[in-house]
Amino acid sequence: MNEILIAVIPVVIIGIICAAMLVIASKLMAVKEDERFPAVRDCLPGANCGACGFAGCDGYAKALCESSETPANLCIPGGDSVAKQLSEVLGVEFEDVEEQVAVVHCSGDCEHTQDKYEYHGIESCAAAKLMFGGKGSCSYGCLGFGDCAAVCPQNAISVVNGVAEVCSADCIGCGLCTRTCPNRLISLVPYRKAAVVKCSNRDKGAVTRKACSAGCIGCKKCEKVCPNGAIKVSDNVAAIDYGKCKDCPDFAACAENCTTKCISTMNAPM
Amino acid sequence: MTKLIVILLSAVFINNYVLSRFLGICPFLGVSKKLDSATGMSLAVIFVMLIATAVTWPIQYFLLDPNNLGYLQTIVFILVIAALVQLVEIVLKRYIPSLHKSLGVYLPLITTNCAVLGVTILNIDEGYSFLEAMVNSLGSGLGFFLAMVMFSGVRSKLEGADIPESFKGLPITLVAASITSLSFLGFGGVIENMFPA
Repeated sequence: MNEILIAVIPVVIIGIICAAMLVIASKLMAVKEDERFPAVRDCLPGANCGACGFAGCDGYAKALCESSETPANLCIPGGDSVAKQLSEVLGVEFEDVEEQVAVVHCSGDCEHTQDKYEYHGIESCAAAKLMFGGKGSCSYGCLGFGDCAAVCPQNAISVVNGVAEVCSADCIGCGLCTRTCPNRLISLVPYRKAAVVKCSNRDKGAVTRKACSAGCIGCKKCEKVCPNGAIKVSDNVAAIDYGKCKDCPDFAACAENCTTKCISTMNAPM
Repeated sequence: MTKLIVILLSAVFINNYVLSRFLGICPFLGVSKKLDSATGMSLAVIFVMLIATAVTWPIQYFLLDPNNLGYLQTIVFILVIAALVQLVEIVLKRYIPSLHKSLGVYLPLITTNCAVLGVTILNIDEGYSFLEAMVNSLGSGLGFFLAMVMFSGVRSKLEGADIPESFKGLPITLVAASITSLSFLGFGGVIENMFPA
C-alpha cells in the first residue's frame, strides 16, 4: 500500500501543479475574443468551402467581427438566410447575396456549325477534344457530349441540339461544370444580371464566321452601345464585366444590336 | 566540443528520429503533404523538443532520481510535456500572436508526440549532461525538420505521378517513406570516421 502511495502522490502533486499553472496562465493571459464571434460563427453553415474568400467559416467570422467593412453577404452556400442572420447579429443592413448561376458560353448548335469529321469514339467531351479539338467546325465550342451534364448534381444541364444548356432555375452555382468542361465554356455569373455572351471563339472574325454562323466576330458594336461601358472585346470575343453590367430588363442594347445574335439576355425570374 | 558536434550530427543524420528510429511517424505522414505546413510543424517540434528537454532533465535528476522514483519517468514526462506545451501555447497567443499563428495549429498536435517523449527519455538513458541533452534535442529536431522537408518534396512529386489505382494514397506514401529512410542508411558510419576517437 505504501509503495503505491509513494508513486501516486508525486504524480498527483505534479498534475495539480501543472493544472494550477495552466488555469492561472489562461486566466492571466486570456486573449479577448470578440463576444460576437461565437454568435457569428453559429450563423455560418460550417462547410469551410472558401467561397467567401476567407480561410473557412472561422476566418470569415473573424473578419466580420474585426472589421465592419467586411460585407455580410459573402456566404454563397448560405444564401440570403445566412446573410440575414449575420446582419442581425452584427447590426448592419441586410444585403442580398449575389447568387451565381452557370452559363454556357457557346451557341454553336447543329444549325450554326458543321462537322469536320464523323466521330465514333468514346462518348465524352474530354475524349472528343483529343481528336483535333472535337468534331465540330469550331474548336472553341461546345463538344456536345455532356460531360458537364454528367457532373451536375442538380441535373440542371441538358444537351439540346448539340449545345449544353443550363436551366438557371435549377442551378445552385456549385461550379463543378465550369471545371469539367474541357473547353472551359461554362462560367458562373451573377444570377440577376441579364446579358451573356454565348461564344468563346477567339479567332478573327472571318475565321469565326466560317466555323459558326452564331459566333462572336468581334465587331465591337456591343462595346459602343452598352450604356454602362461593361462590354470589352478582347481576343476577338466580347466579354462582359459583371461589376459594371446593370440590369437592362426591358431593352438590352447589347443583345438587340449584336450582329450575330451571340449575346442573349438571361430571363432570370426575380 | 567535439562530443557536442558528434551528438548533433548523429542526431540529425544517423539516428534520425523519423527515418531511423521511427518515432513521430504520425506527423511525418500526416502533415508532410505541403511544404509550408511541413515546415511549420517541424519548427514547432524543434521548439517543443528543446523546452521539453529543458524541463524534463531537471525533473529526472533533481526530483525523480533522489527519491528513487525513476520508474515514474514516462508518466511524469508525458504529464509535464503536455502541460508545458499548453502553457507555451497560451503564452504565445498572448505575447507573440504572429508566431502563434504560424505554429499555433501544430502545437496541440505535438503535446503527446512520441518523438518529443522519445527525445526526453533517450536523453536520460544516454546519460547526457544538461548541455549535451539540449544539443541532442536540437539535433533531433533538426533531423525531424530535414526528414519532413525532404519528404514533402517527395510527396509533391507523387502528386503528379501516375500511380496504379491500388497504390494511391497511403500505400504509395508508405513505400516512398521507406525508400526515403533507406537513403539515410548511407550516413551510417560517416560520423565515426569523421571524428575518430
